[in-house]
Amino acid sequence: MDSNEKAVVYVRLKEGVLDPQGLTIHKALLQMGYSDFLSVRSGRFFELEINSECADIDREIGEVCSKLLANPVIEEFTVERIR
Amino acid sequence: MKVGVVTFPGSNCDYDAYAAVKSVLKEDVEFLWHKSTDLCGSDMVILPGGFSYGDYLRAGAIARFSPLMEEIVRFAHSGGMVMGVCNGFQVLTECGLLPGALMRNRHLRFSCKYVYLRVENNGSRFTGACRPGEILRIPIAHGEGNYYYFEDDIRRLEDSGQVVFRYVDHDGRVTDEANPNGSANNIAGIINREGNVLGMMPHPERAVEDLLGSADGLRVFESVRTACLAMAGAGGN
Repeated sequence: MDSNEKAVVYVRLKEGVLDPQGLTIHKALLQMGYSDFLSVRSGRFFELEINSECADIDREIGEVCSKLLANPVIEEFTVERIR
Repeated sequence: MKVGVVTFPGSNCDYDAYAAVKSVLKEDVEFLWHKSTDLCGSDMVILPGGFSYGDYLRAGAIARFSPLMEEIVRFAHSGGMVMGVCNGFQVLTECGLLPGALMRNRHLRFSCKYVYLRVENNGSRFTGACRPGEILRIPIAHGEGNYYYFEDDIRRLEDSGQVVFRYVDHDGRVTDEANPNGSANNIAGIINREGNVLGMMPHPERAVEDLLGSADGLRVFESVRTACLAMAGAGGN
């Protein structure tokens, strides 16, 4: 089955920015008895189905990441392309 | 003075802001719909609290791209007064009219209670009616009010008098216990460098009559009125 190409965008808080959600999850892991996880950072990801005929798609992906999907003040993003 | 109150889908403090201006301040006020591009001759625009666009993605992130917001950014850049409360503050940081970002509260809980604010700069257009260091009792109601900015930038904000409100205890002391969300330096409200845009997490529109529990929020509205009249007198917008 043919499926369209995808861009997977991972957004996470920048290093050094406090992540209360990650800390709370880590605390829960410790409470559950998992002591081998040294820390947890939370984040989110987006799957964008893309029109691979667009010649300028890399620029567009970069734009939507920094304009909308991530807040550049506190977050950073990485993009993975899946065919 | 004419005030425009923005309504986004999900705004829930727009009527409170409208009532504060209309019934208590007794000034002209109009709702501005997020899809419109007409500020209806407003001297000041209020971005009210709520959960614009369901707070999807990040609080304020989607509201920023509404047609009305583009107009408000232009209005602010030409010197128009804009005040964002709670979700409105989040929208203002997302659209770049105010620096920094509002993150999830340190303790991850939605916090809804009265807090004490100390007026750190009463020379601004939004605090001119306050005494220096005056303590205001105003409620907060938010889950993402944890003000964050880089250390050097926080210092710059502090040095330039852009921090106008700080969370303090009953006696005006800046303590960690008085900080309801983990904000850097207990920051509760800031203005932009030009001084015509204010963002604050506490809700002054919910504290405009003794009947509501406090009338301290009225100080902000009275300050705005004085500033607007002064601007009109000076031939400004």
